[in-house]
Amino acid sequence: MTEGIWRAPDLSLRWWPVFLRNLLVWRKLAIPSLVGNIAEPLMWLVAFGYGMGALVGQVTVQGADGPVQVPYILFLASGSICMSAMNAASFEALYSAFSRMHVQKTWDGIMNAPISLDSVVLAEMLWAGFKAVFTVTAILIVMLALGISQSPKLLVVWPVLLGAGISFSCIALIFNALAKSYDFFTYYFTLFLTPMMFLSGVFFPRDQLPLPLRWLSDWLPLTNAVELVRPLFMDRWPEHPVRNCVVLAAYAVLAFWVALALTRRRFRA
Amino acid sequence: MTQPLFQASNLSKHYGDATVVRDLSFAIAAGECLGVIGPNGAGKTTTIRMCLGLTAPDTGEITALGLAMPRDALAIKAQVGVVSQFDTLDPDFSCAENLLVYGRYFGMKDAQIRERIAPLLEFAALSHKADAKPGELSGGMRRRLSLARALVNDPKLLLLDEPTTGLDPQARHLMWERLQLLLQQGKSILLTTHFMDEAERLCSRLLVLDHGRKIAEGRPRDLIAQHLEPDVVEAYGDGAMELANSALKSLAARVEVSGETVFFYTQQAKPLLDALAAYPKLRTLHRPANLEDLFLKLTGRQIREEA
Repeated sequence: MTEGIWRAPDLSLRWWPVFLRNLLVWRKLAIPSLVGNIAEPLMWLVAFGYGMGALVGQVTVQGADGPVQVPYILFLASGSICMSAMNAASFEALYSAFSRMHVQKTWDGIMNAPISLDSVVLAEMLWAGFKAVFTVTAILIVMLALGISQSPKLLVVWPVLLGAGISFSCIALIFNALAKSYDFFTYYFTLFLTPMMFLSGVFFPRDQLPLPLRWLSDWLPLTNAVELVRPLFMDRWPEHPVRNCVVLAAYAVLAFWVALALTRRRFRA
Repeated sequence: MTQPLFQASNLSKHYGDATVVRDLSFAIAAGECLGVIGPNGAGKTTTIRMCLGLTAPDTGEITALGLAMPRDALAIKAQVGVVSQFDTLDPDFSCAENLLVYGRYFGMKDAQIRERIAPLLEFAALSHKADAKPGELSGGMRRRLSLARALVNDPKLLLLDEPTTGLDPQARHLMWERLQLLLQQGKSILLTTHFMDEAERLCSRLLVLDHGRKIAEGRPRDLIAQHLEPDVVEAYGDGAMELANSALKSLAARVEVSGETVFFYTQQAKPLLDALAAYPKLRTLHRPANLEDLFLKLTGRQIREEA
């Protein structure tokens, strides 16, 4: 039914037992995975934030009411937490989902029960979003403890990064649907995610980029996540929240649709 | 005649240029075990996938339990149990957790599933392994856990794709025992297999597939009687090859050579065996014709590319 791969998705609640399955596996491995999830962003923060921060000092950030000077550690922390959400969601929707789909054949087993491929893909997408939130929560707690920011607006970071996590998991599921082996994902990380990290204002203000790259950068999902999250760390509201949310939502909807179609083709369903 | 539990009519399926299933029709009656046999690549697994609505046939219709595939795929699958060719057990879960998680896929409540776990593990002879993970189980145990998992929703119909491939004789016999028990309980089974003794033992009716087409259908004994002579004499050893074109040929209805062995198919073995006694260097084996002979006659002896 190749011609039918673009049909509307089945968005029933049948995804829930699949999500629950992933949650049950994760509960068994949560502590070791938590250590890995927090350790890496913290190393970035310590090495760059404190090390580079001493050289850089203050960074100018454009805000709704003119430019503001912020310490580099705050600038970096607010960007890198978005990067962590991106990495957590991408990793889960690529390596882990691929294991379940291709290596362990878990998906095949599930689809022998009354659960459709659509529901399985939806569950994986939401699960990867949850993994992003879980990682972000842990990092936020550490950042609060370090006193990097203690703005009450940090509460808004949480739903924003759930949304961003979902966008990234939808994009990653496209590549999951196309993958022949794990090696394929290396391309995704090195050719897509890593350049995006440098173009999205995580490590340095986007003003430093040449103009064409800045235009490109405006439309990257990570840029839009950072533009939502960074002001919240500075106890301010984002400058263009609607535009940022629309861009992220557009990525999520379009990518999910493409991912679902390609996964249907893969399963010849 | 009562409405069959499951009916497939005129199924066809192409993948690219390859036609995997051609105009295939069959039915499964309530309480019946229908065996599907055929060489690798005959279309057995694709047929099962179509039966489950996992892949849509290009033409043809499937109805099951009064519902239509693929429209009612989920409602049909709620009443079907599946053991696929390759285990899809969750390696991170214990046997009991595998059953619990699988029951949830059917929308069952945890309490409802938990009640079924102990009897299902007992049925699978795995009560002592409730907390073991699939990686710690033998191949036979894993297959039985897959069977127990397929029974979690108390299905009316079981689809079993090569459930005993790769098992040792003990494990295979235990699996057969369990499947016979299920048939006694009134379950219906669709079984694909490469083991002719399994097909003969379990199946009330057989479907022989080759190149996606049905080439024979019927009760195992009837099929053998219909297509083969009752006796087979195999001869091999020094001088066996010359026999194939000797006067002995007239004593057999059909003579076949495969490798170093000559097969005589005959209505009456006695005159042939007496004649063969004149060749002391020859080794002979006299046996009744069986399903394997039928299978090889219908599908040929050459190895398939996919094998």
